[in-house]
Amino acid sequence: MTISFIHPALIMIVGACLLPMVRGPFRKPYMFLVPLLTFIDVIYLSGHPGTYGVFQFMNWELTFGRVDRLSMIFAFIMSLMAIIGTIYGMHVEDEWQHIAAWFYVAGSLGAIYAADYITLFLFWEMMAFASTFLIWARKDDEALAAGYRYILVHTFGGVVLLLGFVLRYQATGDLSFGQLNVSSPEFYTWLIMAGLMLNAAVPPLHSWLPDAYSKATAIGAVFMCAFTTKTAVYTLIRSCSGFDVLIYLGVIMAIYGIIYAIMENDVRKLLGWEIVSQVGYMVVGVGIGTSLAINGACAHAFAHILYKGLLFMAAGAILTTTGRQKLTQLGGLYKKMPGTMIFMLIGGLAVSGLPLMSGFISKSMIISAAFESHILWAGFALTLVSAGTFLAAGLRLPYLIFFGKNNCSEETWEKAQEPSWNMQLAMAIGGFLCIFLGCYTPFLYNMLPNTGVVFHPYNAYHLSETIQIMAFTAFGFFMLRKYVMPKDTTSLDLDWFYRMGGRAFLWTVKNPLQWCDNSLGKFYKSFGINCLMTTSAFWSWFDWHGIDGVVDGTARCVRAIGRRVSIVLQRGQIQQTICYTVSFAAVLLVAYVWI
Amino acid sequence: MIINLIDYLRDRLQYVTYSCYVAMAFIVIWSLSVDTSHAHTWAEKMIPGFWSLFGLCSCAIVIMVARWYGKSGIQTREDYYDN
Repeated sequence: MTISFIHPALIMIVGACLLPMVRGPFRKPYMFLVPLLTFIDVIYLSGHPGTYGVFQFMNWELTFGRVDRLSMIFAFIMSLMAIIGTIYGMHVEDEWQHIAAWFYVAGSLGAIYAADYITLFLFWEMMAFASTFLIWARKDDEALAAGYRYILVHTFGGVVLLLGFVLRYQATGDLSFGQLNVSSPEFYTWLIMAGLMLNAAVPPLHSWLPDAYSKATAIGAVFMCAFTTKTAVYTLIRSCSGFDVLIYLGVIMAIYGIIYAIMENDVRKLLGWEIVSQVGYMVVGVGIGTSLAINGACAHAFAHILYKGLLFMAAGAILTTTGRQKLTQLGGLYKKMPGTMIFMLIGGLAVSGLPLMSGFISKSMIISAAFESHILWAGFALTLVSAGTFLAAGLRLPYLIFFGKNNCSEETWEKAQEPSWNMQLAMAIGGFLCIFLGCYTPFLYNMLPNTGVVFHPYNAYHLSETIQIMAFTAFGFFMLRKYVMPKDTTSLDLDWFYRMGGRAFLWTVKNPLQWCDNSLGKFYKSFGINCLMTTSAFWSWFDWHGIDGVVDGTARCVRAIGRRVSIVLQRGQIQQTICYTVSFAAVLLVAYVWI
Repeated sequence: MIINLIDYLRDRLQYVTYSCYVAMAFIVIWSLSVDTSHAHTWAEKMIPGFWSLFGLCSCAIVIMVARWYGKSGIQTREDYYDN
C-alpha cells in the first residue's frame, strides 16, 4: 500500500511562512493548530515505517523521509515539544520569534528523518540559523553578541561536518547517513563525529550552550533546550553508536556540567550546564552502544526534553514576570509564585531521577547498561553525577529561588506574580508528562528503538539505591549549603579562548597592524612621495631639457641653417640663384666623373 | 494553600528537621533488608547502607570540588567579558 508522505517539517515551514498573514482572533488557534497537525503527521508516519521522499539531485539520491523506530521516537518528542513550546509562547506578539522557532523545529524534524548527509546538512544549518534568531530576538547587546558567538561556533561545526562527509564521499562514494565504521575510524569519521558532537555540546565543543541559552528570549530558550542537543544525540546514535571514545567524553561532560552548575549564579545558565551534564548520560549510552544503552539514550533524551523544557519554562516565567534571572537577585518567591514553584520542583525532581518521575526510568537504563557492560567506573561516575544533579537542580535551584534568603529588590518583589494562563498551561502539560512517564513506563518503553530489551526500573534494590542517594544528598546539602550560596561571579570556561582570542585578534588588528599601516603611510608620505617627486622632477627636466632640447635644437638648427641659406644663397635675384645652382651641379658632376 | 503549608512547616522547622532524620534512619534500615542480588559490585553487598554513604560522599565531593575549582580563579568578576 502506498501512503501519501507529507514531511512534518514542511507543515512547520509552510505554517511559519503563513503566520504573519494570520492575525487577530485567528492567531492563537492557528498557532496551536500547526504544531498539532505536525504532531498528527508524525504519529501517522509512525504507523507506516519505510523510506519516503526520495529525490534525484544531480548525481545524488536525496532521502527526506526515513521512518523507522529510531526516527519515530525522536520525531514524536520533538513535535510534542513544539506544541508545548508554542503554547508557552502564545502570548508573545513578536511573530518573528514564532517563525524562527517553527523553522527551528522544522530543521530538527528534517534532520531526524534525513537519510543522507546532504539533506541532513541542509536541515542542520536551518536549525543553527533559525535558533540564532531566537537569541537575537531578545534585542539587547548581550544577546546580540551571544547570537554572533553562537552562529560562528555552529558554522564552524557545520563546516567540520561538511568536510567529514565530503571526504567520506570522496573515499567511499557513499552519501547515505547511517552507522559509521567506528571499530577502525578514518579521519573523516572523526570529523563527522566532531561536527555532530559540537551540537551535542560535548567538551571541548560545549561552551556555546550555557552562553546562548541564558541570553535567548524566554520562549527561545524553551525551544532551544529541546532541539539542538537532542537532535545531535539522535545523529550520534544513528552514526557513532558503540564508539568507545564517547564513553569517556560523556562521563567528562556529565561531571564537568554539574560542577559548573553548582558554581553558577544565572538560573538559565545553570540549567544550560545541567543540559551539558544530562546529555553526557546520553553520550555515554551512545558510546556503550548495547541495545539497552541505546534504548537508555533514547529514553533519556525523551524524558530530558520534557523535564528540561519544564525547568526552562519555569525559569522563563520568573524572567518574564520579574525581569531577573540571577540567584543573587531572587529568593523567597514561594509567596508570589507558588504554581511556578511546583512546576520547577517537578522538573527538578524529574531531572534528579526521583522514583515516579521520568528521570528515574530513563537515567537508570544508561547507568544499568554501564554496569552490565562492566564499565564500572562509568556507572559509578554517572551515579555520582545523579547525586550532583539532585543537588544542583532539585535542591539548590528551588531553594535559592523560592525559599532561602530573599534577595529581591522591592521592584522585583512587586513585579513577581504567576505567569499568564498559556505559560501555566504549557508547564502543566510538561509537569503532567514528567509524572506520567515515570508512573506508566510502557508508554515510553514501547516506543524505544530496540525491541526485546527488558528493563524493570521499579525493583526494590533500585528504589532503595535511589532513595538512599537522594536522602543523603539532601542531608549533605543541608549541612554544606553555605558553600553553594550564589555569588555575583561569572565562571570562566573554554569559551574564554575564542572570546579573548577574538579580542586579541581585534587588538592585533587595531594596534600593531594599524600602527604598521599608519607608519607605512607616513613613511610613504615623507620619503616615498618626496623620492617620487624628485625623480619625476628630474625626468621632467630631462624631458624638457634633454629630449626636447635635442628635438627642438635640431629643429632650431635646421631653421637657422635654412635661414642662413636663404640669406646667403637666395637673395631674390634669379640669375644669381641659377648661377649658384648650375655651379653646384657642375661641381657635383665633376666630382662624380673624376672621383 | 501551598503558601500556608510552607509557612506552617517553616514555623516548625525543628520538627521538620527531626522528621527528616527519622526518615533517613528508616531509609537506611530499610536498605539493610533489601535483597542485594541485583547489586553490581561486591562493595554494595558487603557495605551496609553503601548507597547512603555514596550519596553523602558524592554530594560532599561535588560541592568541595566546585568550591575549590571556583576559587582557583575560574569564578571571576561578573563584568569580566563586558557583555
